[in-house]
Amino acid sequence: MTMNATGRPTAPTSAPAPSSPADAALLPAEALLFEIGDRDHSGVDLPDLEVGDERLAGLRRKTPLDLPGLTEPEAMRHYVRLSRRNYSIDSGMYPLGSCTMKHNPRLNEKMARLPGFADVHPLQPVATVQGALGVIEELAHWLMELTNTSAVAMSPKAGAHGELCGMMAIRAAHAANGQSHRDVVLVPESAHGTNPATAAFLGYKVRSIDANANGTVDVAAVKAAIDDNVAAIMLTNPNTCGLFEPEIIEIAEAIHEAGAYFYCDGANFNAIMGVVRPGDLGIDAMHINLHKTFSTPHGGGGPGAGPVVLSQALAPFAPVPFVRRSGDGLELVEHPDATSLGRLTAFHGQMGMYVRALTYMLSHGKDGLAQAARDAVLNANYIKAGLDDLFTAPFDGQPVMHEVLFDDSFLKGTGVSTLDFAKAMIDEGFHPMTMYFPLVVHGAMLIEPTESESRQTLDAFIATMRELAEDAVAGNAERFTAAPIRAPLARLDETRAARQPRLIWRHEKTEAS
Amino acid sequence: MTLRYSQDHEYVRLEGAVGTIGISRYAQEQLGDVVFVELPQVGASVTRGDEVAVVESVKAASEIYAPVSGTIVEVNDKLADEPGLINTDPVAAGWIFKIEVADTGEFESLMDEAAYADHTA
Amino acid sequence: MRYLPHSPADRAEMLAAIGVGSVDELFSAVPASVLSTFSPDLPDHQPEFAVEAHMRALAGRNHAAGDGPFFVGAGAYRHHVPATVDHLIQRSEWLTAYTPYQPEVSQGTLQMLFEFQTQVAHLTGMEVANASMYDGSTATAEAVLMARRITRRDKVVLSGGLHPQYRDTVVTYLSGEEGLTCLSPSPEGQGDIVDHIDEGTAAIVVQTPDFYGHLRDVPALARAAHEKGALLIVVVTEIVSLGLIEAPGALGADIVVAEGQSIGNPLTFGGPYVGLLACREKFVRQMPGRLCGETVDAQGRRGFVLTLSTREQHIRREKATSNICTNSGLCALAFSIHLSLLGETGLTRLARLNHARACALADALAAVPGVEVLNESFFNEMTIRLPRAAAQIVDALAARGILAGVPVSRLQPGEPDVDRLIVLAATELTTDADIAALVEALKGELA
Repeated sequence: MTMNATGRPTAPTSAPAPSSPADAALLPAEALLFEIGDRDHSGVDLPDLEVGDERLAGLRRKTPLDLPGLTEPEAMRHYVRLSRRNYSIDSGMYPLGSCTMKHNPRLNEKMARLPGFADVHPLQPVATVQGALGVIEELAHWLMELTNTSAVAMSPKAGAHGELCGMMAIRAAHAANGQSHRDVVLVPESAHGTNPATAAFLGYKVRSIDANANGTVDVAAVKAAIDDNVAAIMLTNPNTCGLFEPEIIEIAEAIHEAGAYFYCDGANFNAIMGVVRPGDLGIDAMHINLHKTFSTPHGGGGPGAGPVVLSQALAPFAPVPFVRRSGDGLELVEHPDATSLGRLTAFHGQMGMYVRALTYMLSHGKDGLAQAARDAVLNANYIKAGLDDLFTAPFDGQPVMHEVLFDDSFLKGTGVSTLDFAKAMIDEGFHPMTMYFPLVVHGAMLIEPTESESRQTLDAFIATMRELAEDAVAGNAERFTAAPIRAPLARLDETRAARQPRLIWRHEKTEAS
Repeated sequence: MTLRYSQDHEYVRLEGAVGTIGISRYAQEQLGDVVFVELPQVGASVTRGDEVAVVESVKAASEIYAPVSGTIVEVNDKLADEPGLINTDPVAAGWIFKIEVADTGEFESLMDEAAYADHTA
Repeated sequence: MRYLPHSPADRAEMLAAIGVGSVDELFSAVPASVLSTFSPDLPDHQPEFAVEAHMRALAGRNHAAGDGPFFVGAGAYRHHVPATVDHLIQRSEWLTAYTPYQPEVSQGTLQMLFEFQTQVAHLTGMEVANASMYDGSTATAEAVLMARRITRRDKVVLSGGLHPQYRDTVVTYLSGEEGLTCLSPSPEGQGDIVDHIDEGTAAIVVQTPDFYGHLRDVPALARAAHEKGALLIVVVTEIVSLGLIEAPGALGADIVVAEGQSIGNPLTFGGPYVGLLACREKFVRQMPGRLCGETVDAQGRRGFVLTLSTREQHIRREKATSNICTNSGLCALAFSIHLSLLGETGLTRLARLNHARACALADALAAVPGVEVLNESFFNEMTIRLPRAAAQIVDALAARGILAGVPVSRLQPGEPDVDRLIVLAATELTTDADIAALVEALKGELA
């Protein structure tokens, strides 16, 4: 069998004392919608019309909808109470490496709600949506300027969708050049899971590349992996260890010399926006997560947006739709020509996210974006400097970019795992960092503060992390293994959830109650 | 009945021409609580090294490779409802599938208990 | 800069603590030839009022749906969203939370997703639903891939009534693969899809109400598919229809995908929307995307976690069921809140009201000389045939301030017989005055 275990306990090993009820008044448990609503309640006032069957083709609904309703005050309370059981960037620091949890400006939200953006249909006549096309054109201009690339595919709905787009463009380019036999994609071990998943989705074989002792990829290792069948490399830069790939230009040259393309995972663009242009490094395609780099909200898991910038070589293969100038106005190209890879989604992409991202870019300007990148890097190095003597960094001795990576060797023999440590952070009021990623490091702890955190917050974070590390090493394992005890719930039994999946609510009494 | 082990932590218990296959005690500890097992098709013929099953824990999915070549003659249907048997009793009730072994020489070439203990040390 | 907390003094002290003289030293791994060697053609930072003015000017160049009579549908629908929905989704704890990977501090999002999954399952008549997809079109493509995994067959047939951009999305997702058949557009509601099913067919994909508004005979299609061991994937682009039309799950669908935009989410020029994907329980391990499940915490209290994640890319990497890494969380929240406000009573009334408005529209259009309504059945959307090319007429009506629907030729260029067709929708927001204005303008254009 493949030993893909990460050593994470997934079911609580002990039942700690009941968690502190001190803030129960402010963090109440909340029943399920199905336990408080019923079919006789409704929060809308609509007329009770009867309609005939004659135009329903005999398909009028007979199955009960079985949807509980809530009046407006009930709904307000249900969702406000539920919300209080969530951590959020507005309430505290989210040091999630690779996720770029930065401040989400509210001007973005206000602009996205202007009727001229929110109340516009994607299939209105193009003459009636020139402002919307203008947003797309302007955002595309920003993205191309910041990356020094020739084109941008705007429609991908999220980063992984953007990866699909970029890799499809590469596949289409190879096909157009009579190179369809190329069936291998090089992916470093430290890559995001979406990279190999995307390559495999498109039928490529994944060839893994090892990192060197410094946590980066050697051009020699890439050259050793290259043969006539390589279609592309998928490389994240700055990489998932928080390091800028020092040989990236040479890697790009080697890849191009071999007739392959360079896909760059742009998840970490926040470290270099306005400071380094990926096009100058030789990339052919890179998705940009608007919800990371350009401050559109994560929303508890989406929606994202993943425009893909493309080099001149790949531009002809971009998907539809795209916007182009036509006389005084803008037109929307909705149907692919012979080279375009096709269409990746209905309509034109994540307009609501474009408005937010563009609002953010205009607010920051090119000077502010560069300053934000520099502050993000400053903050990560400040945390590194504050923790270096107690935490163990697998790739030490060099400055990091926007995030700092530690491993769990400082916890060896303490009986405290990375997971336990993370859960103890919750009790101290911080969201855990990214854990067990990247896979190249044992018990990885990946910390990304972003530029949004003040020095006071960073100092408090460092002090907390130091105190926890000292306590773990001092032998107080129980504080960690029992954590969290100050959260709305203690650790959840994930084994039970997976062995007996209960994915929807059913009318019978639940086992847990 | 002796067990032999593959490099990939599968064990084989050979009775006559039929080998019973599962994952080692060490492997289940590494994997953690098993929550799902994807079983092979009875009747499938497999070559040593083929991926024939998948064992999933909450956080990992591990492919099970055929440690010997042959034909799948039986699978442990009990694992559908009780995947935890792989954790509680990996080498007996937690077996995964049985192969009618094509070449017992392949079995002989696997590690014995002592060699496997060294392998996992 | 208002979003950056550090003062110059803060930065200097932090650099000293790090032990470097400047931030540039932290970028030492970057080749000097590419570091800050450029000057982008972009403006510098601006005060909030200046940014707002710029964005308002762009917004002002769009004709908002609420500015006049509006009949555009074709996969995105203008419905009323209660003020409560937009207020709630802007709460910090919903808007600015991350994916709920730490369940102890994410129970709000997780419980909401569990409720959402249940609502979607009940609405579609299916046993399970996931925590949402990007949108209806990508959910359709994922459902096709899922059906191929389940049946281990390759062939997939797309109905001629499937939204053309959904069809194009599936075609792109499956490019390089064998076995996809796309049937010709069927604006009259005709269909011969059952003739294309054989023992190698993984699934047929049928939209209902279809792109042209017709209700499709799902039970007959389910029988025909199941006879050959194929799956029936039903696509719903107007989710409000399920308040009046029978649930696809009750009619034999194996997988239901839908666009959930109509409930809780504004038009926003096409996105972000929320894809729904529901299926029979036995297919759950072949589902793409996130799933939330119920469990207990260490003290035995009910709680929720993301589960069955070994299907997903961050664990399975190249063996994942999909490369999808996100859902459409905030849009799913808006959907769930709006649907909670509606409840069974409200959704039923809303669906009836939509149908009643569409009946009024169909009757009014049928009375216009030269206009032919193609639908015998519909929910809130229909197709009309004009005596001449529709695109110019739609443009001319837009110039009069009336957004009269979507000329089919926009989505189906080069297809014979469609250039005189318009797809129009009515919703609860469509007034008698709107319909009268459309009729008058249409008469004027056709005269």
